[in-house]
Amino acid sequence: MCQVEEEYHGPLLREELPSVSRQCVKCKEASAAVVIRAGDAYCRGCFKEYFIHKFRAMLGKNRLIFPGEKVLLAVSGGPSSCSMLSQVQEGLSQNAHKKLRFLPGIVYIDEGGTVGQSVEHRRRTVEDLRAVFRATGFPFLMVPLEQVLDLPSSVVLSAPGAPEQEAGAYKAAVDHFLLSDGSSGATAGQQQETPPPEVQEAHTHSLQRLLGSARTLTAREELLNILRQHLLVHTARSAGYSKVMLGDSCTRLAVKLLSSISLGRGAQLAHDTGFSDSRYGDTILVRPMRDYSAKEIAYYNRMFSVPSVFTAGLDTKTADKSSIQHLTESFVIKLQADFPSTVSTIYRTSEKLQSCKGSASAGGDRCLLCVCALDTAAENASAFSATLISEQLSRTKSPGKSRQAPEWTAPASQCCSIVGGELCGNRGRGCCSSAKASEPPPLRSLLCYSCQLTIKDMSSEEVLPLYILSEAERRLRRSQLREEIRDFLLEDEADEG
Amino acid sequence: MAAPVAIHLEFGGGAELLFNGVKDHHVTLPSQPDPWDVKQLLVWIQQNLLKERPELFVQGDSVRPGILVLINDADWELMGELEYQLQDQDNVVFISTLHGG
Repeated sequence: MCQVEEEYHGPLLREELPSVSRQCVKCKEASAAVVIRAGDAYCRGCFKEYFIHKFRAMLGKNRLIFPGEKVLLAVSGGPSSCSMLSQVQEGLSQNAHKKLRFLPGIVYIDEGGTVGQSVEHRRRTVEDLRAVFRATGFPFLMVPLEQVLDLPSSVVLSAPGAPEQEAGAYKAAVDHFLLSDGSSGATAGQQQETPPPEVQEAHTHSLQRLLGSARTLTAREELLNILRQHLLVHTARSAGYSKVMLGDSCTRLAVKLLSSISLGRGAQLAHDTGFSDSRYGDTILVRPMRDYSAKEIAYYNRMFSVPSVFTAGLDTKTADKSSIQHLTESFVIKLQADFPSTVSTIYRTSEKLQSCKGSASAGGDRCLLCVCALDTAAENASAFSATLISEQLSRTKSPGKSRQAPEWTAPASQCCSIVGGELCGNRGRGCCSSAKASEPPPLRSLLCYSCQLTIKDMSSEEVLPLYILSEAERRLRRSQLREEIRDFLLEDEADEG
Repeated sequence: MAAPVAIHLEFGGGAELLFNGVKDHHVTLPSQPDPWDVKQLLVWIQQNLLKERPELFVQGDSVRPGILVLINDADWELMGELEYQLQDQDNVVFISTLHGG
């Protein structure tokens, strides 16, 4: 090791470089084509088998998708979601061993408006994907993101879902399905060719204004994620789908886990990165690709010609430090290059996370934007109350309130009454005294910690879509009402914050 | 003296954005005394094909982490990575697995 003329070929960690003359570690016959994980070389055939098997195993292990259920596949055109689509096709095909039994539909959300793509460019992308979807035979929907501005406010409410199934229910459902119509090969619904909805330019401008009001790219990306999720859930609900499959890969989820922690979303990690996400109650988000690394997906798509369409996103070609999410991705990928077990270690950690059950059921206790349980109970010695105190101290020293621990639960009751539903968050308008100017707008009381940070980065709250603002208003009115009649209620409310 | 080497380059997964959106490139590497290897190919690409933002494609001697390289449809790790010597009519594919291109 300490000799002068010693030469090292390749990194020290690897003892023996795999070479093309290496045989596949599985079948030991064919020559290897792909290196998976750290040093396992597979041939094409074994790799394909391994890939397909992983998808089935993921669905089978979790037993969430019942036979005959309608499942919406959220395809962004990227490699992971297109790979997921091809796996679903593969699994539903007649000659598959133990074929899958649900009824898929596809949705594509056209986000070209967020990056200023021309109408022509967007149309071309939509046409390319339409051809891909048509070839699958599943019903599909092409939805422009601009539709998020017209959603009803019920989308941010968590509707009561199906009751918890006991362990035997899945097996019973499968048996029943097999007995009732094994051969009907339930068609996944007719493919209807609806013309693509025309996107009005005014809507695109509103959307751009909305995203443009976020001062940082971090906040913009978070806002986009929230809007996209709302639109997905709304589409699923209105078309009668009870489950939505997302194509997040292992690599993507590892990055998401670390960046979520940086963004203050630690309490919601299980929802954001777990296999199933039941925050919306009746519509469950499922991530069947969470076991596949980005490399495996890219290789599979290349070797077995899975079509995918690349669309530029908000952080395409930006510098590394442009946003927290981008920086985290760059960090994880670089670390992975030298330590190939990085992503899988993070993934295994995320598998152990669980959300605490029953922490919030009623609509009033969930975040307005991300629909997860609120994590902003500012107890006396909590870190959150410390940040609130320091925030208050760093504002102007106007009289304001003389409380010890600031409460944001019902700030509306501190200033003069809300006149005709007008939000007191509108700065300078109407009733507010100068002391009020030091108070944060009441919208914050309805949000979890990380959504508060996102909104704080926005220059104005009024550009938020109507459904969010009207739902906010409704909740504030209710909480004010609750405050007023609190003394008259016989029993305590479950919790105040 | 090595003869000029004809190579088929492909870019995917967003990497094509750095090459004017063109995914397929048929190039001929000029002849030189030593055989071409992948490390020299990267330098050549950077000098001749890369239109913008070289730091999004190469990092130091090698490709940026997150960009996969396939040589003749096989993982370049099996071929020796940067030391692999290019042959005539080889097919080299660069696929970006990064979110932002």
